Amino acid sequence: MIDRRLFTYFDWMMLAVIAALAIIGFASVYSATHTHQPMIFKKDTYWLAIGALFMLLTIFINYNIFERYAYVLYGVTILVLISVFFIGSTFGGAKRWISLGFFSLQPSEIAKLALIMVLAKYLNVRNVPAKGMTLKDLVVPGLFMLLPFLLIAKQPDLGTGIILWMIFWSMVLVSKIRLKVLIGIFVSFAALAPIAWMFLKGYQKARLTSFMSPESDPLGTGYHVMQSKIAIGSGGLFGKGFLHGTQGKLMFLPEHHTDFIFAVLAEEWGLVGTFTVLALFLAFILMALNTANTAKDRFGFLLAFGITSMFFWQVTINIGMVSGILPVVGVPLPFISYGGSFLITSMMAAGILLNIKMRRFIF
Amino acid sequence: MSGYFKDKEPKEFKQRIVVLNVLVSIIFFVLIARFWYLQVMRANYYTDLSLNNSTRIIKSTAPRGILYDKNGIKIADNRPGFDLFLIPEDVKDWTLTKKMLFDLIGIDELTIDEKLKKAKGRPPFQAVKLKEDLSWDETVKIESFKFEMPGVMLDVAPKRSYIYGEATAHLVGYLGEINEKELKEAPEEAGYSPGDLIGKYGLEKSFEKELKGRDGGKEVEVDALGRKIKIVNWSAPYPGNDIKLTIDAKAQLAAWLALKDKVGAAVAIEPATGKILAMVSAPGFDPNALSSGVSREDWNALIENPLKIFNNRTIQALYPPASTYKPIHAAAALEEKVITPTTKIYSGPAFRFAGRDYRDWKEEGHGIINVHRAIVESSDTFFYQVGLKLGIDRLADYTKRFGFGTKTGIPLQHEKAGLVPSSEWKKKAYKIQWYEGETISVSVGQGYMLTTPLQLANAYAAIANGGKLYKPQIIDEIKTPEGVVISRATIEERARLGISEETMNQVRAALIGVTHEDGGTARFLKASNLKIAGKTGTAQVSRLIKRTKNVSSITYKFRDHAWFAGFAPYDDPKIAVVVIVEHGGFGASAAAPVAREIFKAYLGVPEGEDPAVALGKIEAKAKAGNDEILPTEAEVND
Repeated sequence: MIDRRLFTYFDWMMLAVIAALAIIGFASVYSATHTHQPMIFKKDTYWLAIGALFMLLTIFINYNIFERYAYVLYGVTILVLISVFFIGSTFGGAKRWISLGFFSLQPSEIAKLALIMVLAKYLNVRNVPAKGMTLKDLVVPGLFMLLPFLLIAKQPDLGTGIILWMIFWSMVLVSKIRLKVLIGIFVSFAALAPIAWMFLKGYQKARLTSFMSPESDPLGTGYHVMQSKIAIGSGGLFGKGFLHGTQGKLMFLPEHHTDFIFAVLAEEWGLVGTFTVLALFLAFILMALNTANTAKDRFGFLLAFGITSMFFWQVTINIGMVSGILPVVGVPLPFISYGGSFLITSMMAAGILLNIKMRRFIF
Repeated sequence: MSGYFKDKEPKEFKQRIVVLNVLVSIIFFVLIARFWYLQVMRANYYTDLSLNNSTRIIKSTAPRGILYDKNGIKIADNRPGFDLFLIPEDVKDWTLTKKMLFDLIGIDELTIDEKLKKAKGRPPFQAVKLKEDLSWDETVKIESFKFEMPGVMLDVAPKRSYIYGEATAHLVGYLGEINEKELKEAPEEAGYSPGDLIGKYGLEKSFEKELKGRDGGKEVEVDALGRKIKIVNWSAPYPGNDIKLTIDAKAQLAAWLALKDKVGAAVAIEPATGKILAMVSAPGFDPNALSSGVSREDWNALIENPLKIFNNRTIQALYPPASTYKPIHAAAALEEKVITPTTKIYSGPAFRFAGRDYRDWKEEGHGIINVHRAIVESSDTFFYQVGLKLGIDRLADYTKRFGFGTKTGIPLQHEKAGLVPSSEWKKKAYKIQWYEGETISVSVGQGYMLTTPLQLANAYAAIANGGKLYKPQIIDEIKTPEGVVISRATIEERARLGISEETMNQVRAALIGVTHEDGGTARFLKASNLKIAGKTGTAQVSRLIKRTKNVSSITYKFRDHAWFAGFAPYDDPKIAVVVIVEHGGFGASAAAPVAREIFKAYLGVPEGEDPAVALGKIEAKAKAGNDEILPTEAEVND
């Protein structure tokens, strides 16, 4: 049933990088939570196990299945996203979760994969003109993105919304858009930005403004970034040592085990640690790009590229915001941040990459 | 129109992927550069911030040095007390917290808001002191409800306790919260911070540096909610130096008990050394209450009291010495040979000079008397005539030798110098010449002549010891908490009076005559068997009233001040005492009984009795009530 060649072409290197990141992530979550919330890292072990299971699954199913069922998966995801508003549970002012007993599912995470699949299928099935897509060509894929985007933004979950947005643009750009269309879109977005501003929630606006000068209001909205920078900076070259960080453990750093986990890591491991993790992520992204590049078919390419762009933007936005060069938008760090749905989604996505890679010569 | 075919190897992306590889690498390079900047270039800056974040310094106040009397009896001590603190960041429900604080210990919202406003700008999670030194009752109430008021906490700190309270109030002083000016003036290394207590008055103020000690601190690691995680660093507070005073608690307490319902002052000095044995000013104040924080109304009542409660009358109040000056005058006249011990002068009811009658206090006069009888009977007209012969400048010269007109240099605040009038002084001060009529007033210690009770006591100590004027001492020893003596009182002779032994003996003989001879103005003191020698005095407050023995018929503020100055035992003086009772009327009736209590307390202790036991007796007697003091006969003369 399983072709022996699959093992021959399996990208063990990429699996090792993913495993390394997941182990580092678990260690960081443990360090950040073992004193105050010991339940968290215990649960994290379950997520890792479940994630590994799903990863195995997505490695071995032929990825063609995702093309075949892309619309179905997408449709189901949209329904689940809608249902969040009716049966979802609220936490911290946002309705993002569906409670499944012991586990709260965050459908917006799955939505990222569903969007990638549906776009890959659409852009594969539809012929893209050699000169690039016109505005009209963008309408359908645009709607594919906009529907979950609006549902997720309404929860509200700005971070995931932005990732959907970035995935969409990455995928259509790599599929080629006409330059005129691109410029036109860019100009109209610039003009619409002030209107979009009005639709942002108060805290979202505050995050964006505090990004400009976090030090001016250290106990207000700039608090996250300031505390995060303190954690990172005080780590120095070699860090304070594993479990010896104070910022995260003493809870000066909010969301220290989720969005700001990288600051905890940076505090305890110093530049040595941040450099290592960044190098692992860079290696992972480059390998993922290579996976897309060597994909045997167009769908494989688009699927791998969409996943790559998802990882890339999550890593860049998360590390950018943690280190204070991007606004705080609430994007977690793949494999490192705590979060069941997020970890499982990331591992599934990584599984698909490995899947595409090992099937590159198998037709 | 060309297009792509489904399921074909997608060659068209190859170039784009190469470009993207470069772009991704550049972006990661930017991220790494950012971390280089934060973790290498700015590492020190963020490390400091991180330490500030997670550690708080909690001050632990050093116990102040303990004050002892000369026999080692504690006068000022430390006891543990509870302070009430509030950490505003931890308060969940302000309305409830404020209401509960008011209900439990009566601290109102206004006071809380005021304290919080004052503490503005403090680092987050630093506790604000709401109330100093809670009572036991208040402590229990707060302790039992603290879980309902997050952010409210108690902390234990040493509190000052003045064992004899009002009896040592002016001498020892009290503590108060450091004000902005004091904070600015204090040297950096003293380590004062707002909310600290500092000596505000008396020895507490003068010896603040010795008594304060060095505050310690706990460096506590806290989490973002301000909860203590662990103590990272602990430097123990180092107590202040202990001070042994020259004060004798028995004499001090007896003086206070005899004076407490009066207005006045008492000073006792050891003649052989100049050590101060007692120093009391009345009315007093409660230093214990003041040191643990006093309400605004109570404070205003204290400072607005017309009796000027915060005046230490022993060194700050100036009075004419009146008849207590006569022995000094006599010494000057004898030494200058203006009179001899046997010179007899007619001392009638009045002395007429320049067309004016200068009256004697005794309506019938004293007849023809020598200087001994003039002191015993306290004749005014005798000294009017001697004074005129001596002249103001010779009189002033001798007066100054006794230490009048100069500060004694006692280490207490606001000591006054007093005034010894002379022709030169008058020219300087008023630009007019001296009139001889003024000499007549000065001869009996009135007119311009002014002294503090301490100066007079020091002068009488010099008379008692045969002519040595010492600098009054109040500090006997300063010891570190380990018991190492770092400073000891050195007996300092300010001057020899330059008066012959014979003259001094004459004066002293007259002073024992005052208390032991017929016609002496304080004969009732003979009964004490303590061989008290001394002189009474009545300082005129108003010239206009008719003097009468029925003191109570005179309006209070016009009543004369009553003096007694003396020493005992006569043959071997151990203690010199000066007492003034403001508006007390005649010296013998108002001041001498107070002095007698001091003599008794100091000298009337059986050989070998424990000073603490003797002190206990005085305290017990005070509680039982004391009604054996007042002289009843016609001894109540000037």
